[in-house]
Amino acid sequence: MKSLLVLNLVVLFSVNSTAQTKYYSKAGIISFYSKSSMENIEASNNKLVSIWDVSNGQIEFAVLMKGFEFEKALMQEHFNENYVESSKYPKALFNGTIEKSNAIALLSDNITTVQVKGLLTMHGVTNSVSTTAIITIKNGVVSAVSKFTIALADYKISIPLLVADKINKTITITINIPAFQLLISK
Amino acid sequence: MVKVKAIILLSFILLTVQLKAQSLLKDIEDSVAVKEKITGAFKSTRVINAHSIEMLHKRNLDVRIMHRFGFISSGVKQLYGLDNAAMRISFDYGLTDNTTIGFGRSTFRKELDLFVKTRIVQQSTGVGAMPVSLVVAAGDLVWTEESFNMVKPNFSDRSSYYVQLILGRKFSSIFSLQLSPILVHSSTAVNTGDDKTIFAMGGGARFKVSKRMALTLDYHHPFGVLNQINTDPLSVGLDIETGGHVFQLQFSNATGMNERAYITQTTGNFFKGDIRFGFNLSRIFNIGKHKK
Repeated sequence: MKSLLVLNLVVLFSVNSTAQTKYYSKAGIISFYSKSSMENIEASNNKLVSIWDVSNGQIEFAVLMKGFEFEKALMQEHFNENYVESSKYPKALFNGTIEKSNAIALLSDNITTVQVKGLLTMHGVTNSVSTTAIITIKNGVVSAVSKFTIALADYKISIPLLVADKINKTITITINIPAFQLLISK
Repeated sequence: MVKVKAIILLSFILLTVQLKAQSLLKDIEDSVAVKEKITGAFKSTRVINAHSIEMLHKRNLDVRIMHRFGFISSGVKQLYGLDNAAMRISFDYGLTDNTTIGFGRSTFRKELDLFVKTRIVQQSTGVGAMPVSLVVAAGDLVWTEESFNMVKPNFSDRSSYYVQLILGRKFSSIFSLQLSPILVHSSTAVNTGDDKTIFAMGGGARFKVSKRMALTLDYHHPFGVLNQINTDPLSVGLDIETGGHVFQLQFSNATGMNERAYITQTTGNFFKGDIRFGFNLSRIFNIGKHKK
């Protein structure tokens, strides 16, 4: 019985020792924009969930597609029903790494531009994405912004022929995390 | 025994470690499923003739032009019914996401109609999920056609009213079904001997054939005494959605496009070729900015 306790302690300790500085946010803002001759398409969602393991640079994002809000309600309905099919594919996920993540000085005010690479899964399709992000530390608050462009066809999001030449085939996605929080390991 | 316990415990710990390594998000994700409203059970606020469980969004104006031609069975002399046309034009407006008001005018009996439609329950998933949507619609109609009766009917003689409950469910992204019991009261019955108050049971269905096209069915069965030439209104249609427009093409035995007319004044046997071709054109306009 004693040996079991020791074994447990050893295992628990080893688990604990792998725990590193992790930042998370549940209130990130993700928005997209596409300019077209017919009408501009833009929407935003302020419930972007993200987590970043500073030690190895691993970073993940998750967002509910239904949470995107459009100015035009009908456009929002069509986005969910016809374009991204959100009841079939409810979430978009990003799983990637921030290069030289552990070199960022998190304790002093600074602005660092980093390279981010990873896999974006949306509408049931996964593609690699590579972009830059700006991580800002000011008065102890860690924030991040990033912008990248994707092609709708890469994610099998089809545009009806009738409006094909009026809708832009690419969209620009902006990610803004105003304040990361430190994750206290449970 | 101790060994077994130890193995179980160890494997459990290893499993949790394993899970941690798989996804960082697991650490922070909420385990409770958020409440999500189910939308798009039907493409339009009307199945074909009848109200559907769909509502207009707030500050959206729906301009609908509905056409019904003559019976196809009238033959080539009437170009299979295309020589005759009845129409209804209506303006529906979303006061809120759950309340719509509408005004329409039909050429048939030159009838005006006014309605209010409110969604009481919306189908949803997650916390406090609701399996169905429940909508109630009530309307007031008055026909303005000239009467050749000896005693001219006054405003109230020309009026009729209806109240309808619509209970529906989107079973899947492809299939939706609704039941729509309706009570119609006419101050003056169309034919002598007809019941002034008619109850009818209705049903509507939507079957999506592609992302932007769907087959629809709209049927009502009136209970009570109506002239023997009356038949049950039955319509089958195809919805085609193109951005802000919805085109509804249909075959129907009903001339009337308002509740009183299609419930109490439908004649023609659908299965004996007394079918009219028709279409509804719905265009949604955004009035002002939508703010959540």
